[in-house]
Amino acid sequence: MLTILFDGVAYGMLLFVLACGLSVTLGLMNLINLAHGAFAMAGGYATVVLVNNFGVPFFLSLPLAFLVAAVIGLVMERAVYVHVYRKPHLEQVLLTIGLVFMAVAGTDYIMGSTQVFAQTPEVLQGQFQFFGVGIGRYRLLIIVVCGVLAIGLQAILTKTRFGSRLRAAVDDQRVARGLGINVNAIFALTFAFGSGLAGLGGALGTEILGLDPTFPLKYMIYFLIVVTVGGTSSITGPFLASLLLGIGDVAGKYYVPKLGAFVIYTIMIVVLIWRPNGLFSRASTK
Amino acid sequence: MALALQTKGLVKKFGGLTATNDVSLTVEKGARHALIGPNGAGKTTLINLLSGVQKPTAGRILLEGDDITGLSQHARVRRGMVRTFQINQLFGDLTPLETIGLAVSERNGLGMDWWRVAGSKRALLEEISSVLERFHLADVMNERTAILPYGKQRLLEIAVAIACQPRVLLLDEPAAGVPEDERHEILASIAALPADVTVLLIEHDMDIVFSFAQKISVLVNGGLFVEGLPDDVARDPRVKAVYLGEEAHV
Amino acid sequence: MSSATSSILRRASDSLSARVRWHPLEIIFWIVAFAMIWLMPTRHLIMTEIAWLGLFALSLDLIVGYAGIISLGHAAFFGVGAYVAALLAKHELINEPVLALLVAGLAAMAVGFVTSFLVLRGTDLTRLMVSLGVALMLRELANQFGWLTGGADGLQGVVMQPILGLFRFDMFGHNGFVYCLVVLFVLFLVARRLANSPFGLSLVAIKNNPLRAAAIGIPVDQRLIVIYSIAAFYAGIAGALLAQTTSFASLDVFSFDRSADLLLVLIIGGTGYLYGGLIGAILFKLMQDYLSVLTPQYWPFWIGALLVAMVLIGRDRITAWNAPLRHLAAKLDWRATRRAAAAAAAAEDR
Repeated sequence: MLTILFDGVAYGMLLFVLACGLSVTLGLMNLINLAHGAFAMAGGYATVVLVNNFGVPFFLSLPLAFLVAAVIGLVMERAVYVHVYRKPHLEQVLLTIGLVFMAVAGTDYIMGSTQVFAQTPEVLQGQFQFFGVGIGRYRLLIIVVCGVLAIGLQAILTKTRFGSRLRAAVDDQRVARGLGINVNAIFALTFAFGSGLAGLGGALGTEILGLDPTFPLKYMIYFLIVVTVGGTSSITGPFLASLLLGIGDVAGKYYVPKLGAFVIYTIMIVVLIWRPNGLFSRASTK
Repeated sequence: MALALQTKGLVKKFGGLTATNDVSLTVEKGARHALIGPNGAGKTTLINLLSGVQKPTAGRILLEGDDITGLSQHARVRRGMVRTFQINQLFGDLTPLETIGLAVSERNGLGMDWWRVAGSKRALLEEISSVLERFHLADVMNERTAILPYGKQRLLEIAVAIACQPRVLLLDEPAAGVPEDERHEILASIAALPADVTVLLIEHDMDIVFSFAQKISVLVNGGLFVEGLPDDVARDPRVKAVYLGEEAHV
Repeated sequence: MSSATSSILRRASDSLSARVRWHPLEIIFWIVAFAMIWLMPTRHLIMTEIAWLGLFALSLDLIVGYAGIISLGHAAFFGVGAYVAALLAKHELINEPVLALLVAGLAAMAVGFVTSFLVLRGTDLTRLMVSLGVALMLRELANQFGWLTGGADGLQGVVMQPILGLFRFDMFGHNGFVYCLVVLFVLFLVARRLANSPFGLSLVAIKNNPLRAAAIGIPVDQRLIVIYSIAAFYAGIAGALLAQTTSFASLDVFSFDRSADLLLVLIIGGTGYLYGGLIGAILFKLMQDYLSVLTPQYWPFWIGALLVAMVLIGRDRITAWNAPLRHLAAKLDWRATRRAAAAAAAAEDR
């Protein structure tokens, strides 16, 4: 029971790192980005290639995965996304679905369609007992890394100058511009950073989520659930939503395996009917 | 005299802000009633509450004696209360002809008719044409609304509401943004409304208010401040103070 | 009535009835479509696919192009139609295909009606999520109820009876094509009628400005529920046509790719004028036929690239490909020319 909870928390935290970038970009530019998972996949493959083919140590590969995804994110933001911020949602949906398809087929072409794993160091394999709870070492690493990241992100958002500018821009872009805040630069940076986090999440997640070219499609709905259920007004919302989703999914698959993903979709739909703006969003309507 | 529209203790709060504060307004049948007030007094919020765009936090709204507080926007329109918007709210892809035609067929309960071609009934066509003519829209009736000049769009904004044949008409700054020389078209069309149509006018322009209104209510900080005949309101020192105060801020 | 008013009335009446008049190009389009029955008998299998795909895209156009609802889960209704039609035939509940088709469409419509209440709520993003979620849920359901649906293997062993008891589904797909084309044509006529009715106008109004639509007395939610249900009916029929012409239904009918491809089909042809879905279906299938022979596995890459290119270049500019056609169309329409001449003469009189 507690092991399930533990696994669920690990899974949820992973989802948070994967999806929090999406939540910020949606809140900031009202951009519907269905291709967010592609950046996570880029990070995942970066780690796999670095570790398996070049013998880079696993722990070193994680920051590299962040970097790879962040750079790709920055380039894509400047080259492609910047053109659709002001366009209707339908255009954004079409564009990002297109990107997903390209990423899936392109990765398939380069990397092959089979599922791949990164070799993890021995320290991270197996599990140990802690007061009768089976703790997987790898999952513990995920919780630690993601926990630190979540706290760090919260600190950046609330304590730093960049964070306050970002929050101002999310709250009211027009006013923020009026105050001389360079919203475009903030957005590019945020997009790159969010993509980087997704990449890191992808790298960490290969072990748990599995990694193959269909990754962006498979997990798209999960990212979107985190964002819509969590709301876009803070990172606490997506964080709680990720935990809920993680625990719910793991528990659902354990206790009612026959129903599979059905549980998650049902919960999502019920939540969205109950609170169309997300479970943890502020009550105000923009 | 019969009441067309009445509010009882109407309150609307946005978070900590009270936009409408205990407003009890009565508008008599056939009245030409103006609602004025400085910027931020809550005039547009009040119209939004009356028309059902927003739900009040407390209080009731009565239309011709019936409680309509819980009714949706379209149900209020069907009961004869129609509004216009301060900022044009039109259908960019439709032509004026289609827009007016739509309003007229909705009123005649043809909205769910998916088989008959729009505008195939003679009586409706006559009505549509007469609205187009009255509002000087006949020459542009087949242009897309989105590309019409602002003055024409403003006329259409009012014309759509008139096409709904309201018994109570809420006009939210009908002449907003219209240059001086084009205003008379809009004002004349409002003046030409049948006497039994009740009009509640929200306006900034005092010339328009005093040339039109038989009764004036002044709204300040969300609450009803002064109410009375135009001359009395004009002479009221408190009203002067409010407006002078506002100008001092500007 | 003054003469000015009566002239306005006449012009108003003309313009409104011009909306529904058949354009020569439309007539040519359908003549060519039906001529295909005799012209290219060896290509009837792919043309069958074009016909049901066109119908499916037409149904999406009703909600995207007219009512302005973005859906990423339109395959839900397609899938329901496909499974219902396949199950009815397999268990010999309704043997006559046309009747089964109708039942399948109604089943999809029922699902559409129920889910429309979910889709009404919230923003574009929540609509998108809910529509996607519904399709995924149905797929999961079909997967879990393997005893009924065949699970991941698909529903096999479907034997179709002759259409109206007369026309057998032959292996070359001749009768299947005629069947699909007739169904498409009939449903197109209905959609065309609907789009030009006061109801259709009210949908465009809602898409343009829901706030004002409500302010002139249009019950916005009710209209959206109705059109969503109708679109679900159309999608269900399209799915049922697929199942009936291939004697097969699999989980793939619910897939996200199908909903996404469908968006592309509609976007290629253009939204909001009904023919977009049909033209898109033709172009899409021809392209697929060509590209997937070249690189079968990476075909989605080209779909993706096309979507990206269309958005970046701008859809307005891309659908401008038919501008010369429209120009030609205007010339062809002698009735319009005559009207224009009459109007000019009238203007000179004044």
